[in-house]
Amino acid sequence: MKRGARPALRQAQRAVLRALAVFCVAGALLTGCHEETGGRQTLTFWTFGREGEAMQALLAPFEQAHPGIQVRVQQLPLSAAHQKLLTAYAGGSMPDLMQLGNTWLPEMVALDAVEPLDARVAHSTVIQPADYFDSIWATNRIDGRLYGVPWYVDTRLLFYRVDLLRQAGFDHPPRTWAEWRQMLAALSDPAEHRYGILLPTNEYEQLMSLALEQPDPLLRDGNRYGNFESAGFKRALSFYVDTFRLHQAPAISNVVAGNPWEEFGRGVYAFYFSGPWNIGEFRSRLPASAQSTWDTAPLPGPDGPGTGAAGGASLVIFRGSSHKEAAWALIQYLSEPAVQRRFYELVGDMPPRRSAWAGGALSRDPKAQAFRVQLEHVKPTPPVPEWERIANEMQLAAARVIAGELSVDQACAALDQRVDAILEKRRWVLDHRKEGR
Amino acid sequence: MRPRLASWTLNGLLLAGSAVALFPLAWMLSVSFMHPGDTGSLPPPLLPADATLANYRTLFLRVGIGGYLANSLAVSTAITVLSLAFNLMAGYAFAKLRFRGRTAVFRALIGGLVIPAQVAMLPLFLLLKYLGLVNSYAGVVLPALASVFGIFLVRQYARGIPRELLEAARMDGAGEVRIFVQIVLPLLRPIVVTLAIITFLTAWNDFMWPLIVLTGQDHYTLPIGLASLAREHARDTELMMAGAVVTVLPVLALFLALQRYYLQGLLLGSMKR
Amino acid sequence: MNRQRVAWLFLTPALIVLGVFFLLPVLGALALSFTDYDLYALADPHNVRFVGLHNYWALLHRPVFWAALGHTAYFVAVGVPLSMVVSLGAALLLNSPLAKARAFFRTALFAPVVTTVVAVAIVWRYLFNTKYGLVNALLEWLGLHPVDWLGDPHWAMPTIILFAVWKNFGYNMIIFMAGLQAIPAELYEAARMDGATPWRQLRHITLPLLQPTLLMVAILTVSGYFQLFAEPYVITEGGPLQSTVSVLYLMYDEGFTWWNLGSASAVAFVLFIVMFAVTALMLRLSRRSLREGELA
Repeated sequence: MKRGARPALRQAQRAVLRALAVFCVAGALLTGCHEETGGRQTLTFWTFGREGEAMQALLAPFEQAHPGIQVRVQQLPLSAAHQKLLTAYAGGSMPDLMQLGNTWLPEMVALDAVEPLDARVAHSTVIQPADYFDSIWATNRIDGRLYGVPWYVDTRLLFYRVDLLRQAGFDHPPRTWAEWRQMLAALSDPAEHRYGILLPTNEYEQLMSLALEQPDPLLRDGNRYGNFESAGFKRALSFYVDTFRLHQAPAISNVVAGNPWEEFGRGVYAFYFSGPWNIGEFRSRLPASAQSTWDTAPLPGPDGPGTGAAGGASLVIFRGSSHKEAAWALIQYLSEPAVQRRFYELVGDMPPRRSAWAGGALSRDPKAQAFRVQLEHVKPTPPVPEWERIANEMQLAAARVIAGELSVDQACAALDQRVDAILEKRRWVLDHRKEGR
Repeated sequence: MRPRLASWTLNGLLLAGSAVALFPLAWMLSVSFMHPGDTGSLPPPLLPADATLANYRTLFLRVGIGGYLANSLAVSTAITVLSLAFNLMAGYAFAKLRFRGRTAVFRALIGGLVIPAQVAMLPLFLLLKYLGLVNSYAGVVLPALASVFGIFLVRQYARGIPRELLEAARMDGAGEVRIFVQIVLPLLRPIVVTLAIITFLTAWNDFMWPLIVLTGQDHYTLPIGLASLAREHARDTELMMAGAVVTVLPVLALFLALQRYYLQGLLLGSMKR
Repeated sequence: MNRQRVAWLFLTPALIVLGVFFLLPVLGALALSFTDYDLYALADPHNVRFVGLHNYWALLHRPVFWAALGHTAYFVAVGVPLSMVVSLGAALLLNSPLAKARAFFRTALFAPVVTTVVAVAIVWRYLFNTKYGLVNALLEWLGLHPVDWLGDPHWAMPTIILFAVWKNFGYNMIIFMAGLQAIPAELYEAARMDGATPWRQLRHITLPLLQPTLLMVAILTVSGYFQLFAEPYVITEGGPLQSTVSVLYLMYDEGFTWWNLGSASAVAFVLFIVMFAVTALMLRLSRRSLREGELA
């Protein structure tokens, strides 16, 4: 009996060892993710949100034209994208190229994570800087070097209900803040759950657009300190906050807001302050009969046509990539005007090149024209790595004012103090670098 | 009459409590079969007007939740199998083997329980970065390979093994490894099952650490995938409910099948000292 | 000699894992909390500065830190007693000889415990939606005012507490049931002979005899509730107006959204110190009350 047990035990031990070995091998395989298949290069391409969903259709011709390159598209969820991006950088698991929001570009440049593209652009026959909207192109230049090629543009402007405005006696969208305020007042009826506009209290883009319309910069002294106590920012914040105080917008966040498209369709909101992708959303989510009831308009400014935020995303190549040539080939392909038009048709993202706007569905789309106008008048956000965080702090301060916890002046003072603290390290690094040289 | 009334009240309360406990789960299941947009009407519907699998189709064909499901299964299974081995060995050693420093080491481990695991997460991330294990299954599995709770549970149970049994085997010349495999493990079988379920459920439901260490969707486990979907598709109630069903159903089924062991482990783990 | 080595052999794998992936990082966190390790340091290690206690000091001057601490304390102070009362109530009901279909009820009441927090938190988010949620539909049907559960800073935390109670009460219920079963039935019989009402039985027999269990459950629940994170992450994303930002949420944000690992480590250590102090205080108070109980 005991004799029989011994080999059985050895067998068991061997089985355990074998299982462990399998686990180790599996672990090794699972941790290393790239494998080259038969001499083909695999390009890892990160996109955010909906852009990824359209990629397969867009990439097929590229892969046919470049049989040596296979593109692996990965989608990051938009709302957690910033965190995921930094974690990926910290973890050293960056892709070859990616779509990068242009407000995040300074951060990646500060981390020395992205490849300068000046030389490549200079030799490119496809990418011609002069063809791009100036402010959008400028957001990709940091300290005199180019780090990204604009892929699509995004600026926030007004979607509005033509019919509701007309009923209230307005035959054109607002051009100035005063006019806008008048319309908001006429179109709001909180008792009936009707509001002039939806401004989700946890989205900073709307307030930021209003703030960029001011002559005062958001940061001062070479972007070393906050400039939120400027008259301009206070004016923007007051206008923003008044909209809630006058019950022309409900003080809700987008966690709580239901389905904004449907509610816009039902006339709960007469204005919706958002970006170009919503043209597609409204077209698909509202019935055909409702399509003539809405339109888009450039942003009204304090005293005349306003400036928008130069948002959007660029394509960047990571320094660590071992397939930079292939990545550049893909960027060039995605920058061709015809491909950009196709991209617009697929997801509704607007091209950054004037020539891409010149033909196809885009040039015939009346609802896109407001964006075309606005894009000639956009301003970039301060190119500092801390911007995303500062914008979040700005929105928090605004939410405090809306809730009645702080006055505009108190909020701006507190905000400047906070922003100065956030920028402390940047100031130190800048001084330190100077000394080092 | 009085006891009858008491019985009615008592069972009525239990029924009401169970209804409250189960309602969110039942509603989740019901909504997952509704057409997209159905929950947006007022008053909110309780049952699908005409049931559809559209949400599940979207989840598996377009969103790729199948991949998350596979990741969750793989990660949870790996953690369960390996940590079971490590915890059993350590728990048994603390219970039945004599060695210098036994009490001190055990006390130190128990003392470590007061430190919340999250304290370790920031440097742990940096450590895994240098090991090149960020965004890998190993990054999730490795830190979970031993737990003080598991060691404690095994030790509690293994203390009940009669020493004479082990001594007799030693007299027969059996090595310690062989004693462990042939004598101890069969005796520990109930606690093995218990610990296996608890570990599997914990690994399956774990959120914060995988959220931190997994950066690409290829490696997402179900809770991470679901949370990221919830932020992206916040307005698609029906789709999200289907996702919740896919996430919850496997563990709920496992629990229902083996609840006796699970509850037993819960009690053993809570009995201090 | 050989026996010693075998014992250590058995221990080694677990100890290595705990040492490398827990002990070492905890010490690392302490060291990190004295530096300003951040994004710039990630890019270039020369950008790390030793800052002493500055992270802790700066933390004490940030309103959001106190807010997070306050929210967490609120969650613990309201959530723990509420969960324990519900758990005890359910355990008493289930333990009564009058209860029918006990196995079914036990399973039903326990089911939320095994579910995935993230998944059921999402369910909760829709149930408590102000406009389309069933909870408000029910309130309206009962003729009550609908509540802006997740949009009103005063209601968001109560909603999360309700969620936590629903999700967790089954766990302690099981432990209480075992505690109740350990109380000798003769005690109740004697009390009934003396004509004691069920309420008096509860006060004079059940609760005193259950006290050790109650204390242990309280301590475990308090430490668990201090680690609030996934619920606000999924249900409210910390809002509205940061009213559901917990200490761990702040740590996550500080550390993994903004990459200030130094100050995030300080947050983690403050949480640890607070938890330690609270549980130690609970132990001490309960010991004193036990001793007084013995004297009386």
